[in-house]
Parts: sequence; C-alpha cells; structure tokens
Amino acid sequence: MDQTRRNVLRAGGGASLFALLAAAGMLQPEAAFAADWNQKAFAAKNVKDALDALGAGNPANSNDIIMTAPEIAENGAVVPVAAESKIPGTESIAFLIAKNPTALAASFDIPAGTEAAVSTRVKLAQTTDVHVLVKAQGKYYMTKKEIKVTIGGCGG
Amino acid sequence: MAAACGLPLAQFSGRAQAQNAARLYDVPRFGNAHFLHFTDCHAQLMPLWFREPSVNLGVADMSGRPPHLVGEAFLRHFGIKSGTAEAHAFTCLDFEQAARTYGKVGGFAHLATLVKQLKAGRPGALLLDGGDTWQGSATALWTQGQDMVDACKLLGVDVMTGHWEFTLGAERVRQVVDNDFKGKIDFVAQNIKTTDFGDPVFPPYVIKSVNGVPVAIVGQAFPYTPIANPRYMMPDWSFGIQEETLQQAVDEARAKGAQAVILLSHNGMDVDLKLATRVRGIDAILGGHTHDGIPAPSIVSNAGGKTLVTNAGSNGKFLGVLDLEVKGGKVADFRYRLLPVFSNLLAADAEMEALIRKVRAPYAAKLGERLALTEGLLYRRGNFNGTFDQLILEGLMAEKDAPIAFSPGFRWGTSLLPGEPILMEHLMDQTAITYPYTTVTDMTGETIKIILEDVGDNLFNPDPYYQQGGDMVRVGGLRYSCDPNAKMGARISEMSLAGKPIEATKTYKVAGWAPVSEAAKSAGGEPIWDLMARYLRGRKVVKPLQLELPRLKGVEGNAGIA
Repeated sequence: MDQTRRNVLRAGGGASLFALLAAAGMLQPEAAFAADWNQKAFAAKNVKDALDALGAGNPANSNDIIMTAPEIAENGAVVPVAAESKIPGTESIAFLIAKNPTALAASFDIPAGTEAAVSTRVKLAQTTDVHVLVKAQGKYYMTKKEIKVTIGGCGG
Repeated sequence: MAAACGLPLAQFSGRAQAQNAARLYDVPRFGNAHFLHFTDCHAQLMPLWFREPSVNLGVADMSGRPPHLVGEAFLRHFGIKSGTAEAHAFTCLDFEQAARTYGKVGGFAHLATLVKQLKAGRPGALLLDGGDTWQGSATALWTQGQDMVDACKLLGVDVMTGHWEFTLGAERVRQVVDNDFKGKIDFVAQNIKTTDFGDPVFPPYVIKSVNGVPVAIVGQAFPYTPIANPRYMMPDWSFGIQEETLQQAVDEARAKGAQAVILLSHNGMDVDLKLATRVRGIDAILGGHTHDGIPAPSIVSNAGGKTLVTNAGSNGKFLGVLDLEVKGGKVADFRYRLLPVFSNLLAADAEMEALIRKVRAPYAAKLGERLALTEGLLYRRGNFNGTFDQLILEGLMAEKDAPIAFSPGFRWGTSLLPGEPILMEHLMDQTAITYPYTTVTDMTGETIKIILEDVGDNLFNPDPYYQQGGDMVRVGGLRYSCDPNAKMGARISEMSLAGKPIEATKTYKVAGWAPVSEAAKSAGGEPIWDLMARYLRGRKVVKPLQLELPRLKGVEGNAGIA
C-alpha cells in the first residue's frame, strides 16, 4: 500500500492542502462552475423528467458504455460508480439514480480529446437502478445496473 | 438402541475399516502440479459431528444443479452409493445412525496426517486455505485466532484468503499477516482495496513453483464482508466482486510466466459459477463460503477456455486434491477428489495433537462445563432453520420475554447426537463471534416484513452476484410463508403471531443477536453465550425440538429439498 499520499494529506490537513494546491494553480475552483448549470435537469424527480430536461428523450441502450459499480453497496451514503464510454465523439457522461428524490446525480462534460472515463461517489436512498447517460455527437446512449442497499448482517 | 441403528459399530471396525481407509485415501498421483485445499474450517481443531443440509434450494438457473442438491438427488447426481461412508460424508441421509457407524469427522490432527500422506506422494504440492479459519470456536475467539494461526503454520498452509478473519478487526489481520505469516504463508486478496485511493491492501496473487511448474494463486476474499459483518471492524477496506481487477491479476500472472492459474475464492459456489463464465484464464476456482461439499468440479466454459469450479465443504470435514497436468505451458488435464476426513480412519498426527492440547489446556474447565443434555439431534445447517438455532430462538424468547426472535442464518456450527451433553464448548461453536450482543427491538409489522424480504433476497436473488451466502434468518414465534422464486417484496407472506395476522403498523417485541451496527456495539447487550448458558442450565434436558419453518411455496420437485 502506498502510504505517501496518506502521509502528505495527514501532514497538510485537508483545508491547508486545498489552499496550497489552489495557490499553486493546481486547482481552479471557479472552473467547476463555468459550465451551464441545468437547474431543471438536476431538480427532476425521476429519470424520465431528467432525460426530458436534458433533451435526451429516449436514449438507445449501448454496450459501449462500461459501467463499474458494486452489486451491493458497502455504504449507501458513498457508493463508488465509474463509467467509460467507447462511443466516438463522447461529449458528456451523466449518472441518474432512479429511486433518489432527485434523479440526476452528476453530469460530466468531456472536452474533445479527453479520455471518456469518469468516476464519482453517489448517495443511494434505497436499492435502485443507476443509469449512465452518454451524449456523443449529439445523440444519447444509456446503460444501467441495479445497486442493492441492504440491511446487512446474517451472512456467512 | 444400537440394534435399531442398522449397521452396528463392529461392522466398521477391523477389516472394513482398513478397506474404507484404502478406498478413500489411496489417491494415485496424477500430472505435475498439485494443490491441496481446505476451507471454512471455522476454527474446529477437534473431531466433530457435522450434518449436511436437507434444504439447500437453488432458484432460477441454479435449481437442480450443484451445489443445490441434497439427499438422494445428491447421491444420484454424483453416482455415490447409499449406505457408504461417502454417502454419509456428503449428505444428511440417516445422519444419526451413519454418524454412530462412521464416527466423527475432521480434527486438525487427523487432517494433518492426511495432508502429510498426500504431500509425500506429490512433490511440491501447495496447501491452500480458503478462509473462515480463525473464527468459529471458543479458543479461536479467546486467543484472537492465535490458536488457528499456529495450527495452520504447523499444518503447512502456503496460501490463504479470508472472510471471518476480518471480524477480528483489520489491525489484527494485518498483525498476523505482517508477523506470524511473514515468509511462511501468503495472504492474497485482489478484491480488497482501501476506501480512499483504491490501493490494494494485500498482494493480489502469488506465483509459486510446484514441481518446477510456475503456478499463480489469486485471492478472492468474501466480497460482502463489510455488509454481512460489521463495517466498523474493517472501516477502511472495500471488497466486492471486481471482475476487471481480477482479470488484470490473471493476465499479469500469465504474463509473468504462470502456466496454471488458480483462484482461491471465498465467493460462494453460485458466485464462482457465474464468475467463471465471465473471467478468462483461470484454470480452477477452489471455492468456499457456502460450505458445499461437492465431490466433482463443475466445468464452466468462457471466452478463454474452461474453468473448473469446486467447493470444499466446511468444519475441517474435507480436503480437496487437485492434480493438474501442465504440458507445453498450459493445463492439459486434471483429476479432482474431495476427501472426507474420517477421524477414525486417519491416525492423529502427534505434533499437531500436542499443539492442540497445549492451546486448549488453559481453557479446559470452561470448555468442559456441562450445560444440559440433548435428547434430540442438534444441528444448524439448512436454508430455513436447524435444531440448534431452534434452541437459540427458544432461549432468546424465554430469556428476553419476547414473542418473536431472530437468529442469523450462519452456516457454521457443529452438530450433537441424541444423548450427548451440551458443553460450553458446543454452545461456543454456535455463537463465537466478536459481536455477540443480544438485542431487544420494537419493530413494526412492516419492518419485520422488510427484514425478511431483505435477507430472503440475499439468499434467493436469481443473480448470484446479488447473493451474500449464508442462510435465511431463523425466526421464532412468528409464522410466515416463503416463495423463494418470487421477486423481492413478494417472497414473504401470511405472517402471523399466535394465530393472528401481523399488522403493518402494530409494534412487536423482537429478540435477536449479532447486530452489525456500531450503535448496537455501544449499547452492549448481554453476549448470546451468557444468555444461552443460563437458559440451558435451567432447562437441564432438551427434548427433541420441533423446528419452526416457513410454509414454502413453489419448491415442489426442487432437488434442493429432501
């Protein structure tokens, strides 16, 4: 296990490290907010409304989106999900969570020439389908996986 | 009594005994790379009784195929003659009578003799331990697994992976791996990573030379450890089924020259059977977790070729022997046997016996306390209930004055024959965990239904990747119906208590134990063994118990129910 990063983080402390990196120009906090914020899509209460608000309509299922996520969440509050799009001309990758109070959890813009692979952590209210939506050359594609949030115990 | 048991003891002594020993343990060497495998021994150092299940249902694609076969269906599938030592080892048929005929099974001193015998004829053979080794007995709990760590070093274990080991706490596992095991036993697990950066915690695999053939042993720890067991015991480690990580490990090992790749797995057999269709380049999965003693491997096809999938039972009752013929840089042929360890047919290894005696000595009085006598057969294993769990349910309801009790569907836990005393040691065999707290919870009818559905889905989800292994939570007081083939939310119905339907909004008092939440740890309920010891001392004699079982729907003709 690589202890170096942990030691750096511990020594620096979260906030001061952030400040250091920002000062060094390694972080540009304002950049994250530069893109247009689709208020309507992020407020949508279900997957269909979110897709409508994004203008995605009824996306085609695609095997060229590789989604990596656990079958059963170890902690529903922080579930690691990742997606990679092999569809040429991928412009954005979004995660939608069917049974969350608001479905659209995250949307990543993929600048041209960037590897179309993202990962994040999402909070799941309950066992639910998690969808990955890819926009490529103006068209929308989707894949999904069920992630269980269970009470636990009783195994073994 | 003995006459009613069919085969009298005398018939299995002398010549018959020698013949049985020769038939069972004379395993001719085959090929040039050899692996011995045991798994899920649950810290059982002493010979014991262990009744295999009479209910082990398979749903969807898993119905009617190994491991979901019991009793006669099991014998038919594997071509085992009824009334033989093998039939007794692999099935529950005529358990009590056959147990008296063939004697106890397992015991590390007897296992050690078998390992030595097999190693003598198999140069370079590796001994692989599939995990669930440091938990399941009083002495393992009281020594934090040290008795098993020492026993495994003496047994000559080469490579190990884990599950219940982690319930001793991440630090304890690290301590053993970094000190006791250093330079002796490789602990491998490609699917354990840190929760922060996703760094590997243990080596994903190890490459060893067996008889001059480079082979890789890749580790797969139980993927749902932080869910099935308390998260707070390994808070910084993430597990799971990670096909990509596994594929990378297999490919990397091949690239480094491994001519055979073995996955030492604690997934459970259904998960391994699915995994084998999706990951390429594994020659054999030597599996555990679901405690299925399966005499012949399942052969699974995938894009890279074929993968053997085995499961080697539990409680030190079996030793798997895999011989591979590696030719031209790859596996050309194989032989596999799963040998039952009959304590009467294998002399105790003196060195191991001495070690066991030494580790047990300080606890002799405590282990030997006689709590009660059982007039019926006590066992645990089975999808819905076992008599030992029934006893625990009755103890919980009586001692906690609760009309309903839940007891977890663990698959470990030894058996006792009618007429035997229940010693403290036997009670600990059913309860020795690091989160033994008993609980009393007010639950609404709706919550009870949600819990039963949740556990039912862990057992009967048609996709094995969504299963956690283990059996259904045992339920006392409350009656219900269960349709294993239904979808989650529709499996459980007709819940009632004392003849009255359970109401969704009404509150019921439910006793239980083994809570996984950290809050329950700080609440610190009385350990289950204290409660049960008090209950048993008061009960003195345990008459044969009537199992509380759900009414099952849609399982007619299922080969997983006898």
